[in-house]
Amino acid sequence: MKFASRLVSFDPAPGDRFRPISTPIYQTATFEQEHADSFGEYDYSRSGNPTRAVLEKHLASLENGSRGFCFSSGMAAISTVTKLLRSGEEILADSDLYGGTCRLFSKILDRSGIVARYADASDPERFEQQITPSTRLIHIESPTNPLLRVIDLRRIAAIAHDHGALLCVDNSTMSPYLQNPLDLGADIVLHSATKFLCGHHDVTAGAIVVKDEKLAEQIYFVQNAEGNSLAPFDCYLLLRGLKTLKLRVDCQQRNALAIARFLSSHQDIQRVYFPGLIENRGYAIQRSQARGAGSVLSFTTGSVELSKAIAEHAKLFRITVSFGSVNSSISLPGAMSHASVPPEILAQRELPPDLVRVSVGIEDEEDLIADLDRAICRAKERTSIATGAEIPR
Amino acid sequence: MSTQDLQVSTVAIHGGRTLDSHASSILFPLYQTSTFVHDAVGVDKGFSYSRVSNPTVDALEKVIGALEGTPPAVCFRTGMAAIATLFLSVLKAGDHAVISDVVYGGTMRLFREVLDGLEITASFVHTSDAANVEAAITPTTRIVFLETPGNPTLKLTDIDAVAQITKRHSILLAVDNTFLTPILQKPLLLGADISVLSTTKYIDGHNATVGGSLATRDEKLLERFRLIRKTIGTTQAPFEAWLTLQGIKTLPARLRLHCEGASIIARWLEDHPAVERVYYPGLDSFPQKALARKQQSSPGAMIAFELKAGVEATIRALNSVKLCSRAESLGGLETLITHPSSTTHADLDPELRRSLGISDGLVRLSVGLEAAEDIIADLDQAFVAAGCAETTEEVSHEIR
Repeated sequence: MKFASRLVSFDPAPGDRFRPISTPIYQTATFEQEHADSFGEYDYSRSGNPTRAVLEKHLASLENGSRGFCFSSGMAAISTVTKLLRSGEEILADSDLYGGTCRLFSKILDRSGIVARYADASDPERFEQQITPSTRLIHIESPTNPLLRVIDLRRIAAIAHDHGALLCVDNSTMSPYLQNPLDLGADIVLHSATKFLCGHHDVTAGAIVVKDEKLAEQIYFVQNAEGNSLAPFDCYLLLRGLKTLKLRVDCQQRNALAIARFLSSHQDIQRVYFPGLIENRGYAIQRSQARGAGSVLSFTTGSVELSKAIAEHAKLFRITVSFGSVNSSISLPGAMSHASVPPEILAQRELPPDLVRVSVGIEDEEDLIADLDRAICRAKERTSIATGAEIPR
Repeated sequence: MSTQDLQVSTVAIHGGRTLDSHASSILFPLYQTSTFVHDAVGVDKGFSYSRVSNPTVDALEKVIGALEGTPPAVCFRTGMAAIATLFLSVLKAGDHAVISDVVYGGTMRLFREVLDGLEITASFVHTSDAANVEAAITPTTRIVFLETPGNPTLKLTDIDAVAQITKRHSILLAVDNTFLTPILQKPLLLGADISVLSTTKYIDGHNATVGGSLATRDEKLLERFRLIRKTIGTTQAPFEAWLTLQGIKTLPARLRLHCEGASIIARWLEDHPAVERVYYPGLDSFPQKALARKQQSSPGAMIAFELKAGVEATIRALNSVKLCSRAESLGGLETLITHPSSTTHADLDPELRRSLGISDGLVRLSVGLEAAEDIIADLDQAFVAAGCAETTEEVSHEIR
């Protein structure tokens, strides 16, 4: 079955006597047991819930894995993966990493004696050199956020396995529609389901999918023991949002490519970061491992002031963190989503302060381009007036 | 175990439970779905489309029916949808209804502005005197609709006395039991045919949902209600039903506390020098105290009162409350204070309002579950702030 069909044709309510077309919301903490000395399929919603079970199974199938797990946020999912490590073991992560992941790795895990190091995974040879005998987990995003660097997932998977490490890929910028890391050799794929999977800015959620049964048991153990699974109502909203994933992403990608081309040819834009442009360094790898370039892109202007003014003058692009929703959004990662990167790590990584990230939604392409065009124009006027005013009389 | 053998507080918790839900969840699942898959053409599992029926709404209907002592009730999106369905079910062009003159303003509007165009008419009579009901019945009268206690003056109607009249004339008797719920008054045991509830009020009890229900032992009427409901599409929504199912579990416990607080506050109001008059069926001064004792198991938790200082001072007092909320509706955990003549009953002709005892100085209080001492202290400071009263001595002395 093709992806579009798989998105909607799953059993929404296995075993349900009423056969509803939408999954029932089991907003319940506990389940009545038939016997006093043994448990049925469900006993307590932290351990398992029928609404969550439908979502987890569906996501596992969409990522071509065997088991799926849903969490109260993307960070809860990432944190769960790190629980596979013991004190003294290391995480090697790509250097262009989401700020919150960086904060978890460097400011929380250090307390458990887990060391996180960062290297540019888009240069696999140099990345491999950073692996030590203690490296247990390699964690990457591709394309990365916010620089949209493409990482050769097959290469990194081979490197990880050569060194006995697990490869975890954060697939949030792509969604299972565009990229399936498990098929490319990753051991664990995870999502901030808040992004494309949900698509409507109405759920905060995370997901993990694995193929290996033993790994699945370990993840389940942590999910149950830590109690960070996704609530039933959020599972329902996510199941609902997921059905239109392909429609949304098709439209978002089309818009994003048009916007990337518009920005590339705009005289006031310095550089556009988008793997859907043929001149992008990662274009060929992206084509070899994914079915599209997604709809997140970044650009620089050469001036923090100008970048800030563009974000503030755009109307259809709202200033928000997060990405992947039907609404377009605009942000300055340095000041927003990546402000949580510890300063000592930030110093090592390339994050242009004037970088603007946009997440392209499903609005009309012409309206979006006109909005950005107007915003750039107004922003230029404002910043040049502001600069003029600063000249001492 | 049949729910008939259980006490109300048990029925409120277990009446909506259906143990054969496949996962045996302790709470009934929320079936937030519009449609259901059929096993084969024309073969469904009892549900096919949520406008017609839905398992979660069904669970709510079971528990309300169990509390009313009837088959499962029929639940609606709002109390007014329930009332409109009731009249559309039993009245046709040329028919007539006899209705308490103290009914909720929305019920009056339904007749005056909607059913009127369908040539359905109504007489609004002072039903506290059952003879007025008898006198208003014509050959085209099909139903008598009472609200007791009446809103907002808490005027009572003797359900049993009116039921004897409707039976003699072979017409239906419906009672809007929203102010008391089947926990405190059982209209069907007193001879009524149909019990009407705005579930928005005490049934939900948390000011979280809007809804209504109709309950009757008459299977044919139930069929008719369901037919009209699915035809005009006023079925309760699954999420609202689910929240109501949760709220209803504490209904008997809540009502005990609501009534306890109301009785303390009513007595305090009656003793307060700034208060002209208090309407509360639990007070010795309440003219229909005996009737309240006869047909209600408690005076309820709604109070109405008038201040001596007049309309302007009353409005100042209403604007000075801090803990009580100025809001329409009633029956929730939060104490609500309203000025009927400018809000709930503002649409009525001033002349009519006065004849119903709704003076411009009348205040209605839906007593919530805050401590009675705190509600009293709030009212007291509001009376002082409005210039209706001197600063009183320690409020707690007045609480018995």
